Amino acid sequence: MTRVWAAVIVILFGVVFAGLALGYSERTAPSDLALRYLEQVPADLGAANVVTGILITYRGFDTLGEVAVLFMVAASVGMLLSGSASPAAGSVRPARPPSELVVNGAEVVLPIAFLFGAYVIVNGHLSAGGGFQGGAVVASGVVLLVLARPAVVLHHGFLSVTESLAGVLYVTLGILGLFLAGGFLDSHILPRGAFGAFVSAGAIPLISALLGIKVAAELSVIIDRFRN
Amino acid sequence: MLQELFVILICAGIIVSGVLAVTLRGLTAAMVSSGLASLFAAVSYVLLAAPDVAMAEAAIGAGLSTLVFLHAIRRTSAGKED
Repeated sequence: MTRVWAAVIVILFGVVFAGLALGYSERTAPSDLALRYLEQVPADLGAANVVTGILITYRGFDTLGEVAVLFMVAASVGMLLSGSASPAAGSVRPARPPSELVVNGAEVVLPIAFLFGAYVIVNGHLSAGGGFQGGAVVASGVVLLVLARPAVVLHHGFLSVTESLAGVLYVTLGILGLFLAGGFLDSHILPRGAFGAFVSAGAIPLISALLGIKVAAELSVIIDRFRN
Repeated sequence: MLQELFVILICAGIIVSGVLAVTLRGLTAAMVSSGLASLFAAVSYVLLAAPDVAMAEAAIGAGLSTLVFLHAIRRTSAGKED
């Protein structure tokens, strides 16, 4: 009986996806909405990277929501795992020391990974990436650090304070937008600057940097909670 | 033409590593295979001109979530049987 139901469900999914796949036709020109964004973002916001311009200004509230979700995940992981921080002796196998390849590789790759993450964060308005992606890159650097040196201790207090400060400043910038520009999280509170310059595109680089710091700190705390 | 072929190969890689992630018996191997699926997906995003998404996918899908699962496997009883 279960198998019959499974077969029925698979066939139903097949019908749905067959409709999608058969109705697919390749787009040869951008849609009206895409065209509007492609013209408006460089002209209105001064950001060369259209994706970041949309994410941080036009969809700024959504991005704030994403960060809030991440914050709640970090908080609940901390709440669930902090109670079992020291498991009963002998229940966890002694961890194998990391292989020489990981240790030596980390020494070469780690500085580059952190630098690349910072580069992606601060150049979000010019090239591919932005606060969220750069923060994730920095956090994967932290993963590598934790793998290569199991004894390393991350300072949770420092990370929490950094993360909270970044969040408070992020919302403050958003509220400033209410008074100085068109609305919440409007990036016009700072001058637009020359198109393509490092300091340009209004408040987008600033918001991107705060976002990157917040994401990197949150993900690092989550990783460290799972580690021990 | 060559690029389309490459995209198709990468997408086949996503499917193969996804199936492997489900069918492999060892939990660690299955998890690595699942991370590989994310990595292939990230490469396909780059080829399809979406580097922003690719960066997030590579860092979170292939890196962080794989690590979290591997830690979970090690900390639960399932990891002791391997």
